[in-house]
Amino acid sequence: MSAPASPSITTRRTPRLLRGVRRDHLVGWLFVVPALGFYVMFVLQPLVLSFQYSFYDWNGVGVATWVGLDNYATVFSDEELLNAIFNAFKLIFFFSVIPVTVGLVTASIIRGAARGRFGTVSRTVLFLPQVIPLVAAGIMWNWVLAKSGTVNQILSAVGLGEITRAWLGDFDWALAAVGVIGVWVLLGLITLLLLTGMSKIDPALFEAARIDGASAWSEFRHITVPGVRNELAVCLTITVIAALSAFDVIYISTNGGPGFATLVPGLKIYILAFVSRDVGTASALAIVLMLLVLVTILPIQRLVRESDS
Amino acid sequence: MTMATSRRRTAQQTLASLGFAAIIVAGCAAPGAVATTPPASAPPAAESTEPSASASAVASVPDCGTEPVKLNIYHETISELMPQLSAEFTKQYPNVTFDLKSDAFANATANLPRLLSGDNPPDISRAAQLIDLAKDGLLLNLDPYATAYGWDAWPQAQFESVRINEDFKRGSGSIIAWPVNPSTVGVFYNKDLAAQIGMTEPPKTVEEFDALLAKAKAAGLQPIMEWNASTSGGGLAFPLQNLMAAYGDHTKINEWVYLKEGATIDTPEFLQAAKKLEEWIKAGYFPEDVNAIEYSDAAGRFGKGEGVFTFNGDWQNGGYNTDLPGKVGFFTFPESVGQSAGVTYVIAAKSKNPDCAAFFLNWAWTNEKAREIDVAVGGASPGGPPDGSVPSVPEGSVTAETLAAGAAVNANSGAMDFIANATSSIFFESWTPDLQKLVGGRITPEELLKNAQEHWTTSQ
Repeated sequence: MSAPASPSITTRRTPRLLRGVRRDHLVGWLFVVPALGFYVMFVLQPLVLSFQYSFYDWNGVGVATWVGLDNYATVFSDEELLNAIFNAFKLIFFFSVIPVTVGLVTASIIRGAARGRFGTVSRTVLFLPQVIPLVAAGIMWNWVLAKSGTVNQILSAVGLGEITRAWLGDFDWALAAVGVIGVWVLLGLITLLLLTGMSKIDPALFEAARIDGASAWSEFRHITVPGVRNELAVCLTITVIAALSAFDVIYISTNGGPGFATLVPGLKIYILAFVSRDVGTASALAIVLMLLVLVTILPIQRLVRESDS
Repeated sequence: MTMATSRRRTAQQTLASLGFAAIIVAGCAAPGAVATTPPASAPPAAESTEPSASASAVASVPDCGTEPVKLNIYHETISELMPQLSAEFTKQYPNVTFDLKSDAFANATANLPRLLSGDNPPDISRAAQLIDLAKDGLLLNLDPYATAYGWDAWPQAQFESVRINEDFKRGSGSIIAWPVNPSTVGVFYNKDLAAQIGMTEPPKTVEEFDALLAKAKAAGLQPIMEWNASTSGGGLAFPLQNLMAAYGDHTKINEWVYLKEGATIDTPEFLQAAKKLEEWIKAGYFPEDVNAIEYSDAAGRFGKGEGVFTFNGDWQNGGYNTDLPGKVGFFTFPESVGQSAGVTYVIAAKSKNPDCAAFFLNWAWTNEKAREIDVAVGGASPGGPPDGSVPSVPEGSVTAETLAAGAAVNANSGAMDFIANATSSIFFESWTPDLQKLVGGRITPEELLKNAQEHWTTSQ
């Protein structure tokens, strides 16, 4: 490890760039290079290219023409695109609020009551949606939510026959139905993350609380929730991003329909780029979406940091 | 210590910003202009519609020679046509082998422009949207081959939809695609259920059709089985277009699909059709959950006996023959007018074996064995030469009925291209969402046609 290159670092011919880099740091850099290379190639370069494309009118193959900010003007004036962005924010309720709330309760129940085999089984069952390929899951959900599907059978059985409908084909309910699929996908992941966080809490705290006669609720409020604050921030971040940049769940279940009732920016970017072949507007929408995600995520980070200090 | 730290940080920052700068510089040129190949930027029309320029490049009767050749084919996953044709071709011409790749239709359509513009494009590809590809200079002009193989002397109607002129309008000009097995869309019916409602012969007028649908509804049957979910695309475009042809002139529809200047779909006749469709929706002639029904569900449910009628194309013959053998009939509506367009394959402008590719396509039209495959797989007459044999199909099968209907449509010059194919985005961005809204009562028939016309204008 030490043999190569070491003398050259200190000679006068050292490139100016590396002059301040000590040898051990150079080795460190060498370790980083492969990952950094992939990161530059598959994350930074597409990002920069998207930014560049967003100023052109381009079909992906032919000659591009510079259009300045026209594509951004389209993004902010097209009612259909604004509606898509609005839908993404509605999805936060299903992708983020419900999984994190329910996940927190579930995790603390599993931690407290379901040790041993039952705990393992419930963890596995909850995590299963992460393992099943989403395309297969999408087909399954199409059946479950169909006119003659499981959901409607249950509703009819309990006497709610008149509210049954083809959930994914209903203008008022399709987005909520897609949201339910999102809950199913994300709940297990969130529960598992929070459970891991809870396992790091000192059991002595719970014991002390119980000796002092604290109720389950105050245990949950004063020990569990503060103990997993960082995990909560991670969960919120992941799920809010999942909601705002949703694509796969919607692509396979409704493809944006009926009408544009479940159209979201992620899907619209795909349609613009690959169906309408309008790479410029697609890129502009992608950049706007990225900024929206950042603007939404940053306050969550700050919230955690503030309560840390 | 502090100095060392700060220097190190500077070095790191420099490295990082240099990397970033490199990327930005690399991406600075206009995206399309970076294309390494001239054909993409050169005006393709001038180059490719000049028959004399390309004609010289083609040998008198081009073939695959005797040297080993490998043809790359990119096709639709659900179609068995290319796998079977290529296997048979290799049997007859052992020096030619094939590399077949496939994708689902929607993905293939999305990937094709990039594949064709690459340095190693598939020689033959399934392509439904021809105009954009032609504008980018990605398609080989097949006129020289048409001359060499004598396609000029064949029935010319079959080439109408694959001709493109200097203004990139379809319907006239150079041949840029190989149209095979013109599939016919019409109305399939369940013979048992049709007998139950007293249908003795296919309806000839909208009034007759109306009466049958009302009888079916009254008998507690599902009058029409159809799909209209976004994941499959709006299937109600089929009944809409058939009604349009019943009220208006089908050649006007073709002009619109071929993007002829000044064409419009927003006419009083076509509005009558859209209004009739809305009437059928409101009367409950389509399934209540039609907006959530996917293509395969609709085909499957019809096959299980749910639905007296279904608007679909002869590509589904195989499924219907299996599900309801001998019990499915077919008619075009209005009589002898039908949505009928060839399944189109193109040769890449940058193909390395264009002569062999063209020879293969011509063989698929003219070789007797190949034509048997065409009919067996495609469920339609393959087209091609006027004296081309049409292999016999089992009596009483729905294929016998679709073949007869397709022939009648051709004899009547009643073929019309699909309204879904006018521009690359019109189906997903206009017809499908708006037909769903029509089902949901969220737009009027007037708005349906007005929106489609607007999209037609802006998306060309």
